[in-house]
Amino acid sequence: MEKFSYVNATSLEQVATLLSDSRWGEVMLIAGGTDLLAELKEYIETPKTLINLKTLPGMDGIKADAAGLTIGALTTVADIAKHPTIRHHYTVLAEAAGSIATPQIRNVGTLGGNLCQRPRCWYYRDETTNCLKKGGDICFAVDGLSKYHAILGGDPVYIVHPSDLAPALIALGASVKIVGPEGEKTMPLEDFFTLPAANPFRENVLQPNEIVVEVQVPPAKPNTKSFYLKAREKGAPDFALASVAAVFEMNGKTCVAASIVLGGVAPAPWRSKEAEAVLTGKMINETVSKQAGADAVKNAQPLNDNAYKVTLTQNLVSRAAMMATS
Amino acid sequence: MPDKEKKTGTNISRRSFLKGVGTGTVAATVAPSVLIGSEKETEAQAGDAVASATIQLNINGKPYQVEVEARTTLLTVLRDGMDTSGKNIDLTGAKLICDRGECGGCTVMVDGKTVYACMMLAMDAQDTQITTVEGLADGDDLHPIQEAFIQHDALMCGFCTPGFVVSSAALLSENTKPTLEEIKVGLSGNTCRCGTYPFIFDAVKSASKKM
Repeated sequence: MEKFSYVNATSLEQVATLLSDSRWGEVMLIAGGTDLLAELKEYIETPKTLINLKTLPGMDGIKADAAGLTIGALTTVADIAKHPTIRHHYTVLAEAAGSIATPQIRNVGTLGGNLCQRPRCWYYRDETTNCLKKGGDICFAVDGLSKYHAILGGDPVYIVHPSDLAPALIALGASVKIVGPEGEKTMPLEDFFTLPAANPFRENVLQPNEIVVEVQVPPAKPNTKSFYLKAREKGAPDFALASVAAVFEMNGKTCVAASIVLGGVAPAPWRSKEAEAVLTGKMINETVSKQAGADAVKNAQPLNDNAYKVTLTQNLVSRAAMMATS
Repeated sequence: MPDKEKKTGTNISRRSFLKGVGTGTVAATVAPSVLIGSEKETEAQAGDAVASATIQLNINGKPYQVEVEARTTLLTVLRDGMDTSGKNIDLTGAKLICDRGECGGCTVMVDGKTVYACMMLAMDAQDTQITTVEGLADGDDLHPIQEAFIQHDALMCGFCTPGFVVSSAALLSENTKPTLEEIKVGLSGNTCRCGTYPFIFDAVKSASKKM
């Protein structure tokens, strides 16, 4: 790691001011640090100052009531995974949190950090590779090794978004509260993430002087079933090869409404409106669930090494749909 | 060195801002190439930003005063750190292996929860209770999980063992009767390249009977 200086945050205003008065990447934020320290150790980022967010009061904790869920950005992944209300009423979120990395990382990794983590692409993470994401000319995955890259929405940068919480939260209709120098704003979490066609350098719309402070989830509807299915290369903890966050509002075996959000297959969490359209209003059976899987990937454009993700994603979507009937 | 600082227009406040950093760093930090537009603002507003500091860490129930750079990890302090009286901390149970938070060799407990010491800044460990593998035994009385590791021969080369022992102890303190599946999940952040997992799982099972 390069040397940097370290400052404890005292207020959101102070953080926004410090960020506003610096150039992009010069001042960075640290909470759990499990993603950031890896980037610092590889010299992907070389900030001059780190702001420790953990000293900000009132930014961790989960509030569950009739208005839904409010989760502070500093809440750890472990706390989300074991929260009784989340496990019971927002199962997809608890399953997604429980699937993240290892106990040691879940104990310190935070919600805000999970949403804002950087891609795991091996070209991006290599100090010596100046890829398109880092201001170079080429996304090396296109002609290079692309086993873990995007099959949807890639052009021109084929990273996949590594977050497990994001697909689950989007499937639950969550919104995110952001604070900047001009005050706070709230937007649907779905709109928070961007594709490389809009901005090849970033994965979200967060401005350099803004900070994610909270995620809100609307109340769980009755008769809702939700699942997070995550395919990994081995049984060991890992990022998703492909994942599906699925939320179904059921009436018996009939699907009244469905939210299907894919992870690990696109540069942003990928809402599959195609699969949702197949499932909504239908009695779910094997034919319908297979069709939902097929439609979820009908626009997929795999690279040289990742066509397996198309089949994998298709089967995960079908499996999630069948699980809604049991 | 002072001449160079005069040339770049830095003053006393700049120097006190960087107090505690070696002169080599002062020179590098004020080199003209990195004097960018926002330098002045950063300097004025980051009054409490520190490049290094003397902090207190509570390790295995004992307070240690250590001087650390902001970039120093907890693992570096435990293994290679020196307290302000010049005594080595020398807690080398936690191992530096992957240095990326993947292998679990550096696992310690912070406030009772396992963390990768290689992926935590020492400054972030202030105001916490840190427990390393050295802190599990009570004098000559081993922790039940340590005894169980010996009884079940739950190691081969032994390099990953301190991490596994700490993870197992943390698991058992949260869940005194874990199922095999819960043991696997609880230890999923540790890797043993010798492949002694079945013996480790047996050790945790047998220790759980004594908890």
